[in-house]
Amino acid sequence: MADNILQVSDDNFEEEILGSDIPALVDFWAAWCGPCRAIAPVVEELAEQYAGQVKVAKLNVDESPKTPGQYGIRAIPTLIVFKGGEVAEQITGAVSKAHLEQAIQKQLA
Amino acid sequence: METRDLVIVGAGPAGLTAGLYAARARMDVLLLEKLSPGGQVLTTDMVENWPGAVDGITGFELADRMRDHALKFGLEIQMHEVTKLHADGKYKVLDSPDGEIRAKAVILAVGAQPRKLGMPGEDTLTGKGVSYCGTCDGPFYRDQVVVAIGGGDTAAEEAVFLTRFAKKVYLVHRRDELRAAGVLAERVLQNDKIEVLWSHVPLAVVGEGGVEAVRLKNLKTDEEFDLATDGAFVFVGTVPNTEFLRDVVDMDQQGFIVHDRNQQTSLDGVFSAGDCCSKLLRQIVVAAGEGAVATYAAQKYLEDHHE
Repeated sequence: MADNILQVSDDNFEEEILGSDIPALVDFWAAWCGPCRAIAPVVEELAEQYAGQVKVAKLNVDESPKTPGQYGIRAIPTLIVFKGGEVAEQITGAVSKAHLEQAIQKQLA
Repeated sequence: METRDLVIVGAGPAGLTAGLYAARARMDVLLLEKLSPGGQVLTTDMVENWPGAVDGITGFELADRMRDHALKFGLEIQMHEVTKLHADGKYKVLDSPDGEIRAKAVILAVGAQPRKLGMPGEDTLTGKGVSYCGTCDGPFYRDQVVVAIGGGDTAAEEAVFLTRFAKKVYLVHRRDELRAAGVLAERVLQNDKIEVLWSHVPLAVVGEGGVEAVRLKNLKTDEEFDLATDGAFVFVGTVPNTEFLRDVVDMDQQGFIVHDRNQQTSLDGVFSAGDCCSKLLRQIVVAAGEGAVATYAAQKYLEDHHE
């Protein structure tokens, strides 16, 4: 299932996410963060469900601190839906799958 | 529609213990969880009051062990979010975006989440300096100044945890003594990096695009001032995840589920356990105990009503 999730870093964030032709959902996470772990299977399900429509990616804020800094992220998990290189939706916390789907659907409409 | 004897909603310590007991009783049981198992334990760095874990156990490890323990005895866990519950004759029907499941008995172990203060700036700056989880977000505040708000166990524990990263932690508390357990209060008072602002209440979070200050009021002098800070951590209790159960089971004024001494709620055959329940003390050990009672009571209920 995790095959559908792209691992992005400070190095390829611009190319993979900002330059993506389709909307992208990025899960900013870290290993120390419990709610990040709680929401991980939901993100995996979304990656599978929206394969081809939405690029689903994870960015480890420990290994790539620059990108979260640019977006003012100081709490994780933060999930951002990017569309055309811009922040379309920003969600903080381990929210439900329905909540995330709603944010995704809005950008696909 | 799939029918089960017992459906447990929520996989924190209450739900996982209920599941463990049900699996060991060889009941036809299914546990539903909207995220991965663990619940609020996952936001706890070190659990120091789980009996037998003399050296403490991390929240991650305890959550994993509780899950593995229930799985070992055959508990089935599925990832679905329950969005509705209603009675249908002798059965209860649970709705989720993935479909309906019917149960003869239900245990609600849906847990709670951090309460917001509802002050100006709090919502817009959440994730940008306002946080409800020190163990999640503390590392973003290395060598910075943070304000922690609250005076209970969580506030005390998290304030101390935050000193691992922050150079200074202000603990803002509306009273002039901590409600936290003695051992936790001692650690706060003995920590050089923590300064407690007694008898102060927060009025607002101030900042554009990020937290710059917390506006405080001194309750003794009525003085209002802005305390400059890089982050504001709010630890002022919890709210139950019971919104979807309104008008289904009786609750107290804060929305915590009311149950009798056998965990039976106002709806026959529906039991509740853990932090979503109305009670004096919300702790892992209490949640686990209630989970065990709820399963036993559900088993008795099934024998009496569905045999």
